[in-house]
Amino acid sequence: MYEFAYNRPTSLEEAVKALAADADAKPLAGGMTLLPTIKQRLAKPSALFDLSGIASLAYIKRAGDGLEIGAMTRHVDVARSADVQQVIPALAQLAGGIGDPQVRNRGTMGGSVANSDPAADYPAGVLGLGATIVTNKREIKADDFFTGLFSTALAEGELITAIRFPKPEKAHYKKFPNPASRYAIVGVFVAKFASGARVAVTGAGPYVFRVPEMEKALTASFTPAAVKDIKVSDKDLNKDLHASPEYRAHLVTVMARRAVEAMV
Amino acid sequence: MTVNGKKASATVESRTLLVQLLREHLGLTGTHVGCDTSQCGACVVHVNGESVKSCTYLAVQAAGKEVLTIEGLATGDELHPMQAAFREHHGLQCGFCTPGMVLSAVDLLKNNKKPTEHEIREWLEGNLCRCTGYHNIVKAIQAASETMAG
Repeated sequence: MYEFAYNRPTSLEEAVKALAADADAKPLAGGMTLLPTIKQRLAKPSALFDLSGIASLAYIKRAGDGLEIGAMTRHVDVARSADVQQVIPALAQLAGGIGDPQVRNRGTMGGSVANSDPAADYPAGVLGLGATIVTNKREIKADDFFTGLFSTALAEGELITAIRFPKPEKAHYKKFPNPASRYAIVGVFVAKFASGARVAVTGAGPYVFRVPEMEKALTASFTPAAVKDIKVSDKDLNKDLHASPEYRAHLVTVMARRAVEAMV
Repeated sequence: MTVNGKKASATVESRTLLVQLLREHLGLTGTHVGCDTSQCGACVVHVNGESVKSCTYLAVQAAGKEVLTIEGLATGDELHPMQAAFREHHGLQCGFCTPGMVLSAVDLLKNNKKPTEHEIREWLEGNLCRCTGYHNIVKAIQAASETMAG
């Protein structure tokens, strides 16, 4: 690791101000991606601002019919929350399947979403549920938030403070995990709202994306049969030693069908 | 910070990892570094009662907190029931992964007093053992859950 300065601000204002003053400084959430990246010398921040000292960023509360979850809320707390299990059980299930127990004891929702890792689980839940990302400056719809591989609509120095989730009629997340890392080779989040179905896919492409054709079919008929023959194009899908684009495209259909099967 | 019930302090760089603090500054070499990429779980310790990977945790982040390592688990000469169960059921061969396995398993039983075999295997996702095939580790944890539940 290269050297860096470590700071633990106790208020959001303090963190935002400090980050704005140093373009090479980085916010540290759970650190489950950032610390390994720094250890491998793939990142060289001048300073880390550890957000774990800002108590107001870690909470889960009911907001209207849905939920509002603070950015620094850890995966373990989402997975075990009675409120999440009751209002959006699929989100608790998703959080409980991230990485391993020690990663879930540290990793946070805001950190995962801000990172937009192509194989992370939370982006599928956030986009699949049509959540709203609340930052220190504004509110961003999930559809506008994820913009590319490790890229989001967040501006420099803009921090996620919370994410608001509407309550679906039902939802389910099905992932085909990499057996070693538990990252999604393909993960599909399917949600059914009164207004229609949403289908979000992680792991398959450079960043999370929706599948309009499946959404249309599921809105017309919320059955496994409605999606089982819908293929997505393998063009631009990820290729690595774990899976080819063709295989990932195939898995999108299979995971979508299984997610729907789990709900009907 | 408190380590295994005793006050401990050290002056470290921001980039010092918790595992380095434990091993190199405090001489607690029971916590191992296996992969150094937060996958293998040989470095698992408890911070404020929860299992974490100490190779992916800055030492400064543990300031003021309570750390428990494998050295602090037994009471005097009496092994913790989880350690005793690992010995009884031969839940180890080379022993390299064992400190992390034991501490991870202790955390499991805090949250789930009577886990099923499936739940134990799921929980051990973050702890790799290259000797045992996990079978006896799972047996040891099941046995410890019986003992500890009384």
